[in-house]
Amino acid sequence: MNKVFTHPKSLRKIPTHYCPGCGHGIVHRLIAEVVDELKIREKTIAVAPVGCAVVAYNYWDFDCCESAHGRALAVATGIKRCLPKNIVFTYQGDGDLAAIGTNETIHSANRGENLTVIFINNAVYGMTGGQMAPTTLINQKTATTPLGREPSYHGWPLKISEILALLKGVFYVERTSLHSPQEVLKTKKAIKQAFLNQIENKGFSLVEILSPCPTYWGLKPKEALDWIRDVMSKEFPLGRIK
Amino acid sequence: MEKILISGNEAIGEGAIQAGCFFYAGYPITPQNELTAYMAKRMPEEKRIFIQAESEISAINMVLGASACGFRAMTSSSSPGISLKQEGISYLAGCQLPAVIVNIMRAGPGLGNVFPAQSDYFQATKGGGHGDYHLIVLAPSSVQEAFDFMFWAFDLADKYRNPVMILGDGMLGQMMEPLIVQSSKFIVNRKKLRTTNYQLRTKRWALTGCKDRKPNIIRSFYLTQKELEENNLILQRKYKRIKEKEARWEEFNLKEPKIILVAYGTMARIAKGVIKKLKDKKIGLIRPITLWPFPEKIFKELTLKNKDLTFLVLEMSYGQMLEDVKLAVEGKAKVEFLGRAGGGIPTEEEIIKKLGN
Repeated sequence: MNKVFTHPKSLRKIPTHYCPGCGHGIVHRLIAEVVDELKIREKTIAVAPVGCAVVAYNYWDFDCCESAHGRALAVATGIKRCLPKNIVFTYQGDGDLAAIGTNETIHSANRGENLTVIFINNAVYGMTGGQMAPTTLINQKTATTPLGREPSYHGWPLKISEILALLKGVFYVERTSLHSPQEVLKTKKAIKQAFLNQIENKGFSLVEILSPCPTYWGLKPKEALDWIRDVMSKEFPLGRIK
Repeated sequence: MEKILISGNEAIGEGAIQAGCFFYAGYPITPQNELTAYMAKRMPEEKRIFIQAESEISAINMVLGASACGFRAMTSSSSPGISLKQEGISYLAGCQLPAVIVNIMRAGPGLGNVFPAQSDYFQATKGGGHGDYHLIVLAPSSVQEAFDFMFWAFDLADKYRNPVMILGDGMLGQMMEPLIVQSSKFIVNRKKLRTTNYQLRTKRWALTGCKDRKPNIIRSFYLTQKELEENNLILQRKYKRIKEKEARWEEFNLKEPKIILVAYGTMARIAKGVIKKLKDKKIGLIRPITLWPFPEKIFKELTLKNKDLTFLVLEMSYGQMLEDVKLAVEGKAKVEFLGRAGGGIPTEEEIIKKLGN
């Protein structure tokens, strides 16, 4: 009999600590599936962020390195330059990649580091209790924007993927979402492309994934998915950016 | 054997390369720019990696990445830049990763100026970043030592899986002196031990891809109280071993001392000059070579033997190593101090005046 669906080898069989309805578990699994399908588990090195996914290394079954908040791409640069034949990726949230780590993000992209970046955009800081993120939408209420994000006071949602797409060193940027099974499949395809680009030495590849955070959006899991579809993806349009 | 004329900054670079440094990341800051420029030229010649990072913060984190996969890695900067690196240094210590960090100190606080100083002693020896940790801190006082200590620094870093700091000052970095480079045969023998292949074979914890083994994880994050405390105790036991084994110092003119000067790095050269000038058997020098671990032992021995000693601590700061000397003598001797910072260095005349001659 042909096995058509199984647990990915690159994902450990343990429960995650994520809240019900969170997107991290889905993306962890997609990455594990892609790593298995590309047969790169034995040469993959992940760089975990600071944020809700700080212990991602407990879930993936390949080599992983911790990094300080925002520094994942500097750490990944050090690894990839030393071990160019290994496959190195970072997994970062919006605060990590687009606020405290903007400098590292822009410059590693601009150097054209041959890296894969999985960027989880859920428009809040989850681990610290739902504060405003650089990608928080206008009028969105968070712990630090109790009356909603007001552009004249807090600035606008930062579109880091569009900024990165302007840089010559960047090869591939795509924005996807987790709000439906079809979108999850598209996300997996984009992740696979971003890994393939690295295997083929094409250069810096980033997938931005709109991911639900029901806990800090104050929504039920299903409502959170609908909110991505109806509201968030209007501010952050899906599709290939570069 | 070959004798060349070279600056301290360049000697550090060449020493690092000969010690097998495979990865260097830096960011411009005076007075250590010659070192970054030297690495930019020499590392590619040796088919190794040089990166000019976008900030000191990125540079130290690139070093963390290179070290995590088992390679000898180094960064350098000067005081304000070293402050920026503290977060990364704390992570290196917490993750138990070897690395070499060079601080060619300038005067502070704040932007200060680019003249030499020794005002980063506390930051270097007491941890510097957050958490309970120590760097091993080596203080060369000549261009020759700056070169030689790089081998020692990388070996110590690997031996203890701990970051090592080379603490020099702008004077040492900029000054040109003759350097004796060992014969090429000697270098080849030493190189064998320091090749990247050898490094990678012996570093089983390194991230290289999990082929034929369980995945490795490099981390300093321990979610539970128990786990973190266990990791901290591992670090504390390691620091205890280092304290017992690695302290080094130089003694000069200590036969029948009454007054002992205590100084390190550039300051120790001036102190030695004073002693040579005065030709007084009663004035000696202790030069700590490792600032952490601090060579407490020699102070304890001397104060035990001689109840009537005076230590005169000389620093290009307003009294930082002074505190370690006081702790080491435990009130059993008089401890006096002379120091300046802001670019000025205590002169021979000032020291002689302080000695009451």
